[in-house]
Amino acid sequence: MADEHTPTGQPGHTVRSYDDELTRLGAMLAEMGGIVENQVGLAAEAVMEGDTSAATRAVELDPEVDELEREVERFVIRLLALRQPVADDLRRVVAALKITGDLERIGDYAANAAKRSIVLAQYTLPFNFSALGNMARMVQQNLKTVIDAVGQGDAELAAEVWRSDRVIDDLYTSIFRELITYMMEDPRNITPCTHLLFIAKNLERIGDHATNVAETVYYATTGESLPDVRPKGDTTAFSVVRPKE
Amino acid sequence: MASDHTEPVKLDSSRMRSETALGAEKITIRNLDFFYADNRALKAINLDLPEKRVTGMIGPSGCGKSTLLRVLNRMYDLYPGQRATGEVMMDGENIIAPSVDVNHLRSKIGMVFQKPTPFPMTIYENIAFGVRLHEKLSKSQMDERVEWSLTRAAIWGEAKDRLNTSAMGLSGGQQQRLCIARTIAVHPDVILFDEPTSALDPISTLKVEELIDELKHEFTIAIVTHNMQQAARCADQVAFFYLGEMVEVGSAAQIFTAPKQKRTQEYITGRFG
Repeated sequence: MADEHTPTGQPGHTVRSYDDELTRLGAMLAEMGGIVENQVGLAAEAVMEGDTSAATRAVELDPEVDELEREVERFVIRLLALRQPVADDLRRVVAALKITGDLERIGDYAANAAKRSIVLAQYTLPFNFSALGNMARMVQQNLKTVIDAVGQGDAELAAEVWRSDRVIDDLYTSIFRELITYMMEDPRNITPCTHLLFIAKNLERIGDHATNVAETVYYATTGESLPDVRPKGDTTAFSVVRPKE
Repeated sequence: MASDHTEPVKLDSSRMRSETALGAEKITIRNLDFFYADNRALKAINLDLPEKRVTGMIGPSGCGKSTLLRVLNRMYDLYPGQRATGEVMMDGENIIAPSVDVNHLRSKIGMVFQKPTPFPMTIYENIAFGVRLHEKLSKSQMDERVEWSLTRAAIWGEAKDRLNTSAMGLSGGQQQRLCIARTIAVHPDVILFDEPTSALDPISTLKVEELIDELKHEFTIAIVTHNMQQAARCADQVAFFYLGEMVEVGSAAQIFTAPKQKRTQEYITGRFG
Protein backbone atom coordinates (compact mmCIF):
# COMPACT_ATOMS: atom_id res chain seq x y z
CA MET A 1 0.00 0.00 0.00
CA ALA A 2 2.83 2.36 0.89
CA ASP A 3 4.29 2.20 -2.59
CA GLU A 4 1.11 3.46 -4.21
CA HIS A 5 1.18 7.15 -4.86
CA THR A 6 -1.63 9.59 -5.41
CA PRO A 7 -1.45 12.34 -8.05
CA THR A 8 -0.12 14.73 -5.39
CA GLY A 9 2.97 12.54 -5.11
CA GLN A 10 2.14 11.31 -1.63
CA PRO A 11 1.74 7.71 -0.61
CA GLY A 12 -1.87 6.55 -0.80
CA HIS A 13 -4.12 6.35 2.23
CA THR A 14 -4.33 3.06 4.04
CA VAL A 15 -8.05 3.15 3.32
CA ARG A 16 -8.05 3.12 -0.44
CA SER A 17 -11.64 4.28 -0.96
CA TYR A 18 -10.65 7.55 0.73
CA ASP A 19 -8.11 8.13 -2.06
CA ASP A 20 -10.80 7.34 -4.62
CA GLU A 21 -13.07 9.96 -3.10
CA LEU A 22 -10.38 12.63 -3.06
CA THR A 23 -9.54 11.81 -6.67
CA ARG A 24 -13.21 12.09 -7.58
CA LEU A 25 -13.40 15.49 -5.87
CA GLY A 26 -10.46 16.66 -7.98
CA ALA A 27 -12.16 15.36 -11.13
CA MET A 28 -15.38 17.21 -10.31
CA LEU A 29 -13.44 20.47 -9.90
CA ALA A 30 -11.58 19.86 -13.15
CA GLU A 31 -14.86 19.28 -14.98
CA MET A 32 -16.37 22.43 -13.49
CA GLY A 33 -13.23 24.43 -14.31
CA GLY A 34 -13.37 23.20 -17.91
CA ILE A 35 -16.98 24.28 -18.39
CA VAL A 36 -16.39 27.69 -16.79
CA GLU A 37 -13.31 28.26 -18.93
CA ASN A 38 -15.38 27.43 -21.98
CA GLN A 39 -18.13 29.78 -20.81
CA VAL A 40 -15.70 32.69 -20.44
CA GLY A 41 -14.22 31.92 -23.87
CA LEU A 42 -17.67 31.95 -25.46
CA ALA A 43 -18.59 35.19 -23.71
CA ALA A 44 -15.38 36.87 -24.92
CA GLU A 45 -16.07 35.68 -28.45
CA ALA A 46 -19.64 36.96 -28.22
CA VAL A 47 -18.48 40.39 -27.09
CA MET A 48 -15.59 40.80 -29.51
CA GLU A 49 -17.13 39.20 -32.61
CA GLY A 50 -20.76 40.05 -31.93
CA ASP A 51 -21.46 36.31 -32.16
CA THR A 52 -24.91 35.87 -30.60
CA SER A 53 -24.91 32.07 -30.91
CA ALA A 54 -21.73 31.96 -28.80
CA ALA A 55 -23.50 34.21 -26.31
CA THR A 56 -26.48 31.85 -26.14
CA ARG A 57 -24.21 28.84 -25.55
CA ALA A 58 -22.39 30.66 -22.74
CA VAL A 59 -25.70 31.39 -21.02
CA GLU A 60 -26.95 27.84 -21.53
CA LEU A 61 -23.91 26.37 -19.77
CA ASP A 62 -24.82 28.13 -16.55
CA PRO A 63 -27.25 25.55 -15.13
CA GLU A 64 -24.60 22.85 -15.64
CA VAL A 65 -22.14 24.85 -13.60
CA ASP A 66 -24.70 25.46 -10.86
CA GLU A 67 -25.51 21.76 -10.69
CA LEU A 68 -21.82 20.86 -10.43
CA GLU A 69 -21.40 23.36 -7.62
CA ARG A 70 -24.22 21.71 -5.65
CA GLU A 71 -22.70 18.31 -6.36
CA VAL A 72 -19.27 19.39 -5.07
CA GLU A 73 -20.88 20.91 -1.97
CA ARG A 74 -22.77 17.73 -1.16
CA PHE A 75 -19.68 15.64 -1.75
CA VAL A 76 -17.49 17.84 0.47
CA ILE A 77 -20.00 17.79 3.33
CA ARG A 78 -20.15 14.02 3.06
CA LEU A 79 -16.34 13.76 3.08
CA LEU A 80 -16.07 16.03 6.11
CA ALA A 81 -18.69 14.05 8.01
CA LEU A 82 -17.50 10.57 7.13
CA ARG A 83 -13.71 10.88 6.73
CA GLN A 84 -12.90 13.74 9.08
CA PRO A 85 -9.93 14.80 6.99
CA VAL A 86 -6.95 16.53 8.61
CA ALA A 87 -3.79 18.34 7.49
CA ASP A 88 -3.32 18.52 3.70
CA ASP A 89 -6.45 16.44 3.11
CA LEU A 90 -8.50 18.89 5.16
CA ARG A 91 -7.00 21.83 3.33
CA ARG A 92 -7.75 20.26 -0.06
CA VAL A 93 -11.34 19.41 0.85
CA VAL A 94 -12.10 22.86 2.24
CA ALA A 95 -10.32 24.41 -0.74
CA ALA A 96 -12.58 22.46 -3.10
CA LEU A 97 -15.60 23.93 -1.35
CA LYS A 98 -14.29 27.47 -1.74
CA ILE A 99 -13.08 26.98 -5.30
CA THR A 100 -16.42 25.62 -6.43
CA GLY A 101 -18.06 28.82 -5.13
CA ASP A 102 -15.59 31.01 -6.99
CA LEU A 103 -16.01 29.03 -10.20
CA GLU A 104 -19.77 29.34 -9.97
CA ARG A 105 -19.49 33.12 -9.66
CA ILE A 106 -17.11 33.22 -12.62
CA GLY A 107 -19.72 31.34 -14.63
CA ASP A 108 -22.36 33.88 -13.61
CA TYR A 109 -20.21 36.81 -14.70
CA ALA A 110 -19.47 35.13 -18.01
CA ALA A 111 -23.20 34.55 -18.60
CA ASN A 112 -23.95 38.16 -17.73
CA ALA A 113 -21.29 39.47 -20.14
CA ALA A 114 -22.69 37.17 -22.83
CA LYS A 115 -26.24 38.48 -22.31
CA ARG A 116 -25.03 42.07 -22.64
CA SER A 117 -23.18 41.20 -25.84
CA ILE A 118 -26.53 40.26 -27.40
CA VAL A 119 -27.86 43.77 -26.71
CA LEU A 120 -24.56 45.28 -27.80
CA ALA A 121 -24.75 43.51 -31.19
CA GLN A 122 -27.64 45.83 -32.13
CA TYR A 123 -25.38 48.88 -31.99
CA THR A 124 -22.66 49.98 -34.35
CA LEU A 125 -19.85 51.26 -32.25
CA PRO A 126 -18.12 54.35 -33.55
CA PHE A 127 -14.83 53.40 -31.95
CA ASN A 128 -12.26 50.64 -31.93
CA PHE A 129 -12.25 48.49 -28.83
CA SER A 130 -9.02 46.59 -28.65
CA ALA A 131 -8.40 47.23 -24.94
CA LEU A 132 -11.42 45.11 -23.99
CA GLY A 133 -10.11 42.32 -26.23
CA ASN A 134 -6.76 42.45 -24.44
CA MET A 135 -8.48 42.37 -21.10
CA ALA A 136 -10.61 39.38 -22.10
CA ARG A 137 -7.52 37.50 -23.28
CA MET A 138 -5.65 38.16 -20.06
CA VAL A 139 -8.59 37.11 -17.92
CA GLN A 140 -8.92 33.90 -19.95
CA GLN A 141 -5.20 33.24 -19.59
CA ASN A 142 -5.32 33.74 -15.82
CA LEU A 143 -8.37 31.55 -15.50
CA LYS A 144 -6.76 28.78 -17.52
CA THR A 145 -3.56 28.98 -15.48
CA VAL A 146 -5.36 28.92 -12.17
CA ILE A 147 -7.49 25.94 -13.21
CA ASP A 148 -4.27 24.15 -14.15
CA ALA A 149 -2.90 25.10 -10.72
CA VAL A 150 -5.99 23.54 -9.10
CA GLY A 151 -5.54 20.32 -11.06
CA GLN A 152 -1.83 20.03 -10.36
CA GLY A 153 -1.87 21.48 -6.84
CA ASP A 154 0.82 23.87 -8.06
CA ALA A 155 1.36 26.70 -5.57
CA GLU A 156 3.91 28.52 -7.74
CA LEU A 157 1.53 28.64 -10.69
CA ALA A 158 -1.19 29.92 -8.35
CA ALA A 159 1.10 32.65 -6.99
CA GLU A 160 1.82 33.72 -10.58
CA VAL A 161 -1.90 34.28 -11.22
CA TRP A 162 -2.22 36.06 -7.90
CA ARG A 163 0.52 38.51 -8.87
CA SER A 164 -0.64 39.13 -12.43
CA ASP A 165 -4.19 40.23 -11.57
CA ARG A 166 -2.88 43.75 -11.15
CA VAL A 167 -2.45 44.11 -14.91
CA ILE A 168 -6.12 43.20 -15.43
CA ASP A 169 -7.13 45.79 -12.88
CA ASP A 170 -5.02 48.42 -14.66
CA LEU A 171 -6.65 47.56 -17.97
CA TYR A 172 -10.07 47.87 -16.38
CA THR A 173 -9.23 51.32 -15.03
CA SER A 174 -8.13 52.56 -18.46
CA ILE A 175 -11.22 51.08 -20.15
CA PHE A 176 -13.39 52.80 -17.55
CA ARG A 177 -11.83 56.17 -18.37
CA GLU A 178 -12.02 55.60 -22.11
CA LEU A 179 -15.74 54.72 -21.97
CA ILE A 180 -16.53 57.80 -19.91
CA THR A 181 -14.86 59.90 -22.60
CA TYR A 182 -17.04 58.34 -25.35
CA MET A 183 -20.16 58.92 -23.31
CA MET A 184 -19.28 62.56 -22.78
CA GLU A 185 -18.57 63.01 -26.47
CA ASP A 186 -21.98 61.79 -27.60
CA PRO A 187 -24.96 60.85 -25.39
CA ARG A 188 -26.02 58.26 -27.98
CA ASN A 189 -23.00 56.24 -26.87
CA ILE A 190 -24.31 55.96 -23.34
CA THR A 191 -26.33 52.75 -23.78
CA PRO A 192 -23.66 50.67 -25.56
CA CYS A 193 -20.89 52.13 -23.38
CA THR A 194 -22.77 51.28 -20.20
CA HIS A 195 -23.11 47.69 -21.38
CA LEU A 196 -19.43 47.66 -22.25
CA LEU A 197 -18.62 49.07 -18.85
CA PHE A 198 -20.53 46.26 -17.16
CA ILE A 199 -18.86 43.72 -19.41
CA ALA A 200 -15.46 45.10 -18.44
CA LYS A 201 -16.51 44.97 -14.79
CA ASN A 202 -17.64 41.36 -15.24
CA LEU A 203 -14.24 40.50 -16.67
CA GLU A 204 -12.53 42.30 -13.82
CA ARG A 205 -14.62 40.34 -11.29
CA ILE A 206 -13.74 37.09 -13.07
CA GLY A 207 -10.09 38.06 -12.62
CA ASP A 208 -10.67 38.66 -8.91
CA HIS A 209 -12.34 35.28 -8.42
CA ALA A 210 -9.47 33.63 -10.30
CA THR A 211 -7.21 35.35 -7.77
CA ASN A 212 -9.30 33.98 -4.91
CA VAL A 213 -8.91 30.51 -6.37
CA ALA A 214 -5.16 31.13 -6.60
CA GLU A 215 -5.02 32.08 -2.90
CA THR A 216 -7.01 28.98 -1.99
CA VAL A 217 -4.78 26.69 -4.03
CA TYR A 218 -1.71 28.24 -2.47
CA TYR A 219 -3.01 27.61 1.04
CA ALA A 220 -4.24 24.10 0.25
CA THR A 221 -0.88 23.15 -1.21
CA THR A 222 1.55 24.81 1.17
CA GLY A 223 -0.44 25.27 4.38
CA GLU A 224 0.54 28.92 4.35
CA SER A 225 -1.51 31.93 3.30
CA LEU A 226 -0.45 34.43 0.69
CA PRO A 227 -0.08 37.92 2.20
CA ASP A 228 -3.33 39.67 3.14
CA VAL A 229 -2.62 42.59 0.88
CA ARG A 230 -2.82 41.65 -2.76
CA PRO A 231 -1.37 43.87 -5.47
CA LYS A 232 -4.49 45.84 -6.48
CA GLY A 233 -4.82 47.95 -9.57
CA ASP A 234 -8.54 48.83 -9.80
CA THR A 235 -8.71 52.52 -8.88
CA THR A 236 -12.02 53.36 -10.60
CA ALA A 237 -13.80 53.54 -7.27
CA PHE A 238 -11.43 56.35 -6.35
CA SER A 239 -12.44 58.44 -9.34
CA VAL A 240 -15.83 58.83 -7.64
CA VAL A 241 -14.84 59.01 -3.99
CA ARG A 242 -11.30 59.51 -2.89
CA PRO A 243 -10.63 57.77 0.43
CA LYS A 244 -8.48 59.54 2.98
CA GLU A 245 -4.86 58.46 2.62
CA MET B 1 -7.93 35.74 3.97
CA ALA B 2 -7.43 35.83 7.70
CA SER B 3 -4.07 34.50 8.69
CA ASP B 4 -3.86 31.49 11.00
CA HIS B 5 -0.87 32.93 12.71
CA THR B 6 -2.76 35.04 15.19
CA GLU B 7 -0.94 36.30 18.19
CA PRO B 8 -1.38 34.18 21.27
CA VAL B 9 -4.21 35.47 23.42
CA LYS B 10 -5.05 34.84 27.04
CA LEU B 11 -6.76 31.53 27.60
CA ASP B 12 -10.45 31.55 28.38
CA SER B 13 -12.82 28.62 28.18
CA SER B 14 -12.58 28.85 24.40
CA ARG B 15 -11.81 25.66 22.60
CA MET B 16 -9.92 27.44 19.88
CA ARG B 17 -6.59 25.85 20.66
CA SER B 18 -4.83 27.86 18.00
CA GLU B 19 -5.37 30.94 20.09
CA THR B 20 -4.10 29.36 23.26
CA ALA B 21 -0.94 30.85 24.64
CA LEU B 22 1.14 28.01 26.01
CA GLY B 23 2.81 29.93 28.83
CA ALA B 24 5.44 28.69 31.26
CA GLU B 25 6.79 25.15 31.19
CA LYS B 26 6.01 22.79 34.04
CA ILE B 27 8.29 20.06 32.79
CA THR B 28 11.20 20.45 30.42
CA ILE B 29 12.65 17.33 28.86
CA ARG B 30 16.14 17.67 27.44
CA ASN B 31 18.10 15.13 25.49
CA LEU B 32 16.26 12.22 27.05
CA ASP B 33 17.25 8.69 26.07
CA PHE B 34 15.58 5.58 27.36
CA PHE B 35 16.75 2.01 27.15
CA TYR B 36 15.01 -1.32 27.58
CA ALA B 37 18.27 -3.23 28.16
CA ASP B 38 20.13 -2.54 24.87
CA ASN B 39 17.12 -1.29 22.98
CA ARG B 40 17.09 2.50 22.71
CA ALA B 41 13.36 3.27 22.89
CA LEU B 42 13.62 7.04 23.17
CA LYS B 43 16.18 9.01 21.22
CA ALA B 44 17.29 12.46 22.36
CA ILE B 45 13.81 13.74 23.21
CA ASN B 46 13.41 17.48 23.77
CA LEU B 47 9.93 18.55 24.80
CA ASP B 48 8.31 21.07 27.12
CA LEU B 49 5.05 20.45 28.94
CA PRO B 50 3.47 23.85 29.51
CA GLU B 51 1.88 24.40 32.90
CA LYS B 52 -1.89 23.90 33.12
CA ARG B 53 -2.12 22.85 29.54
CA VAL B 54 -2.82 19.53 27.86
CA THR B 55 -0.04 17.96 25.82
CA GLY B 56 -1.21 15.19 23.52
CA MET B 57 1.26 12.53 22.41
CA ILE B 58 0.45 10.65 19.25
CA GLY B 59 2.22 8.16 17.03
CA PRO B 60 2.00 4.56 15.85
CA SER B 61 2.41 1.62 18.25
CA GLY B 62 5.94 1.30 19.52
CA CYS B 63 6.87 4.91 18.75
CA GLY B 64 7.86 5.63 22.36
CA LYS B 65 4.96 7.78 23.52
CA SER B 66 3.91 5.45 26.36
CA THR B 67 7.55 4.92 27.27
CA LEU B 68 7.92 8.66 27.69
CA LEU B 69 4.91 8.72 30.01
CA ARG B 70 6.44 5.87 32.04
CA VAL B 71 9.66 7.86 32.35
CA LEU B 72 7.82 10.90 33.66
CA ASN B 73 6.73 9.12 36.83
CA ARG B 74 9.65 6.72 37.06
CA MET B 75 7.55 3.64 36.44
CA TYR B 76 10.62 2.02 34.90
CA ASP B 77 12.33 1.96 38.31
CA LEU B 78 10.43 -1.25 38.99
CA TYR B 79 12.15 -3.08 36.15
CA PRO B 80 15.83 -4.01 36.14
CA GLY B 81 17.70 -3.21 32.94
CA GLN B 82 15.61 -0.18 32.10
CA ARG B 83 17.25 3.20 32.37
CA ALA B 84 16.86 6.79 31.33
CA THR B 85 19.58 9.35 30.61
CA GLY B 86 19.29 13.06 30.03
CA GLU B 87 17.23 15.58 31.91
CA VAL B 88 13.60 15.84 32.94
CA MET B 89 13.32 19.05 34.93
CA MET B 90 10.31 19.80 37.08
CA ASP B 91 10.37 22.69 39.54
CA GLY B 92 14.14 22.93 39.26
CA GLU B 93 14.80 19.25 39.93
CA ASN B 94 15.89 16.52 37.55
CA ILE B 95 13.22 13.93 38.30
CA ILE B 96 15.09 11.05 36.71
CA ALA B 97 18.06 11.53 39.04
CA PRO B 98 18.51 8.52 41.39
CA SER B 99 18.38 10.82 44.42
CA VAL B 100 14.73 11.72 43.81
CA ASP B 101 12.21 10.16 46.22
CA VAL B 102 10.06 8.16 43.84
CA ASN B 103 7.07 7.92 46.20
CA HIS B 104 6.98 11.66 46.62
CA LEU B 105 7.42 12.12 42.86
CA ARG B 106 4.44 9.88 42.14
CA SER B 107 2.27 11.94 44.43
CA LYS B 108 3.26 14.99 42.37
CA ILE B 109 2.87 13.22 39.03
CA GLY B 110 -0.17 10.95 38.96
CA MET B 111 -1.05 8.46 36.28
CA VAL B 112 -4.32 7.15 34.85
CA PHE B 113 -4.13 3.96 32.83
CA GLN B 114 -5.83 2.50 29.80
CA LYS B 115 -8.01 0.07 31.71
CA PRO B 116 -9.78 1.36 34.80
CA THR B 117 -7.92 -0.06 37.80
CA PRO B 118 -10.12 0.47 40.87
CA PHE B 119 -8.99 -1.32 44.03
CA PRO B 120 -11.35 -4.07 45.20
CA MET B 121 -12.62 -1.86 48.01
CA THR B 122 -15.40 0.63 48.56
CA ILE B 123 -15.55 3.79 46.50
CA TYR B 124 -14.62 5.81 49.60
CA GLU B 125 -11.62 3.63 50.38
CA ASN B 126 -10.39 3.83 46.78
CA ILE B 127 -9.85 7.53 47.33
CA ALA B 128 -8.81 7.46 50.99
CA PHE B 129 -6.24 4.70 50.53
CA GLY B 130 -3.81 6.79 48.51
CA VAL B 131 -4.35 9.93 50.58
CA ARG B 132 -3.41 8.08 53.79
CA LEU B 133 -0.03 7.14 52.32
CA HIS B 134 0.90 10.81 52.13
CA GLU B 135 -1.17 12.67 54.71
CA LYS B 136 -2.75 12.21 58.12
CA LEU B 137 -6.30 13.51 57.91
CA SER B 138 -9.14 13.49 60.42
CA LYS B 139 -12.34 11.66 59.49
CA SER B 140 -14.09 14.88 58.53
CA GLN B 141 -11.07 16.12 56.56
CA MET B 142 -10.94 12.81 54.75
CA ASP B 143 -14.68 13.00 54.01
CA GLU B 144 -14.09 16.42 52.56
CA ARG B 145 -11.15 15.23 50.47
CA VAL B 146 -13.17 12.30 49.10
CA GLU B 147 -16.03 14.59 48.15
CA TRP B 148 -13.64 17.14 46.65
CA SER B 149 -11.89 14.61 44.43
CA LEU B 150 -15.07 12.83 43.38
CA THR B 151 -16.62 16.20 42.50
CA ARG B 152 -13.55 17.28 40.55
CA ALA B 153 -13.63 13.99 38.66
CA ALA B 154 -17.32 14.54 37.82
CA ILE B 155 -18.51 11.38 39.50
CA TRP B 156 -19.76 12.72 42.86
CA GLY B 157 -23.37 12.81 41.70
CA GLU B 158 -23.29 9.16 40.69
CA ALA B 159 -21.24 7.95 43.66
CA LYS B 160 -22.39 9.97 46.67
CA ASP B 161 -25.16 7.58 47.67
CA ARG B 162 -23.02 4.48 47.35
CA LEU B 163 -19.66 5.53 48.80
CA ASN B 164 -19.53 2.41 50.95
CA THR B 165 -20.29 -0.05 48.21
CA SER B 166 -17.64 -1.76 46.14
CA ALA B 167 -16.05 0.23 43.35
CA MET B 168 -16.20 -2.89 41.23
CA GLY B 169 -19.94 -2.32 40.84
CA LEU B 170 -19.40 0.87 38.85
CA SER B 171 -19.56 0.93 35.06
CA GLY B 172 -16.33 1.14 33.08
CA GLY B 173 -16.67 4.86 32.50
CA GLN B 174 -17.48 5.49 36.17
CA GLN B 175 -14.51 3.35 37.23
CA GLN B 176 -12.22 5.40 35.02
CA ARG B 177 -13.49 8.64 36.51
CA LEU B 178 -13.02 7.11 39.99
CA CYS B 179 -9.41 6.38 39.04
CA ILE B 180 -9.03 10.00 37.99
CA ALA B 181 -10.52 11.06 41.34
CA ARG B 182 -8.05 8.78 43.12
CA THR B 183 -5.20 10.36 41.18
CA ILE B 184 -6.13 13.95 41.96
CA ALA B 185 -6.97 13.19 45.62
CA VAL B 186 -3.29 13.49 46.56
CA HIS B 187 -3.03 16.95 44.93
CA PRO B 188 -0.58 16.19 42.15
CA ASP B 189 0.80 18.92 39.88
CA VAL B 190 0.83 16.76 36.80
CA ILE B 191 -1.52 14.04 35.58
CA LEU B 192 -0.46 11.53 32.97
CA PHE B 193 -3.16 9.77 30.99
CA ASP B 194 -2.17 6.62 29.12
CA GLU B 195 -4.93 5.90 26.60
CA PRO B 196 -7.54 6.78 29.21
CA THR B 197 -10.59 6.10 27.04
CA SER B 198 -9.59 3.23 24.81
CA ALA B 199 -11.67 0.82 26.91
CA LEU B 200 -14.69 3.13 27.14
CA ASP B 201 -17.83 3.67 25.08
CA PRO B 202 -18.20 6.95 23.13
CA ILE B 203 -20.33 8.73 25.74
CA SER B 204 -18.03 7.80 28.63
CA THR B 205 -15.15 8.88 26.41
CA LEU B 206 -16.67 12.32 25.95
CA LYS B 207 -17.22 12.62 29.70
CA VAL B 208 -13.57 11.88 30.35
CA GLU B 209 -12.54 14.37 27.66
CA GLU B 210 -14.76 17.02 29.20
CA LEU B 211 -13.18 16.20 32.54
CA ILE B 212 -9.68 16.65 31.10
CA ASP B 213 -10.80 20.04 29.83
CA GLU B 214 -11.87 20.96 33.35
CA LEU B 215 -8.82 19.52 35.07
CA LYS B 216 -6.37 21.50 32.99
CA HIS B 217 -7.34 24.63 34.89
CA GLU B 218 -5.58 23.13 37.90
CA PHE B 219 -3.18 20.51 36.59
CA THR B 220 -0.59 20.06 33.91
CA ILE B 221 -1.71 17.17 31.75
CA ALA B 222 -0.07 14.79 29.32
CA ILE B 223 -2.20 12.35 27.39
CA VAL B 224 -1.11 9.48 25.19
CA THR B 225 -3.77 8.47 22.73
CA HIS B 226 -4.22 6.38 19.62
CA ASN B 227 -7.29 8.40 18.78
CA MET B 228 -6.12 11.40 16.81
CA GLN B 229 -9.47 13.13 17.02
CA GLN B 230 -9.14 12.86 20.77
CA ALA B 231 -5.77 14.59 20.67
CA ALA B 232 -7.29 17.23 18.42
CA ARG B 233 -10.20 17.74 20.81
CA CYS B 234 -8.33 17.67 24.12
CA ALA B 235 -4.82 18.90 23.59
CA ASP B 236 -3.42 22.41 23.46
CA GLN B 237 -0.11 21.10 22.21
CA VAL B 238 0.46 17.90 20.26
CA ALA B 239 3.71 15.98 19.89
CA PHE B 240 4.15 13.33 17.20
CA PHE B 241 6.49 10.41 17.92
CA TYR B 242 7.92 7.92 15.49
CA LEU B 243 10.47 5.17 16.08
CA GLY B 244 11.58 6.62 19.40
CA GLU B 245 12.02 10.15 18.09
CA MET B 246 9.88 13.18 18.60
CA VAL B 247 9.28 14.23 15.02
CA GLU B 248 7.25 17.38 15.56
CA VAL B 249 5.52 19.37 18.27
CA GLY B 250 3.12 22.25 17.79
CA SER B 251 -0.29 23.60 18.71
CA ALA B 252 -3.09 21.14 18.01
CA ALA B 253 -4.45 23.51 15.37
CA GLN B 254 -1.12 23.70 13.59
CA ILE B 255 -0.44 19.96 13.70
CA PHE B 256 -3.88 19.06 12.37
CA THR B 257 -4.16 21.74 9.69
CA ALA B 258 -0.61 22.32 8.52
CA PRO B 259 1.98 19.93 9.98
CA LYS B 260 5.52 20.85 9.01
CA GLN B 261 7.00 17.37 8.80
CA LYS B 262 6.11 14.95 6.04
CA ARG B 263 5.98 11.99 8.45
CA THR B 264 3.52 13.81 10.71
CA GLN B 265 1.32 14.59 7.73
CA GLU B 266 1.41 11.01 6.48
CA TYR B 267 0.56 9.64 9.89
CA ILE B 268 -2.33 11.92 10.80
CA THR B 269 -3.91 11.72 7.36
CA GLY B 270 -3.82 7.93 7.45
CA ARG B 271 -1.16 7.38 4.81
CA PHE B 272 1.19 5.28 6.89
CA GLY B 273 1.89 2.18 4.83
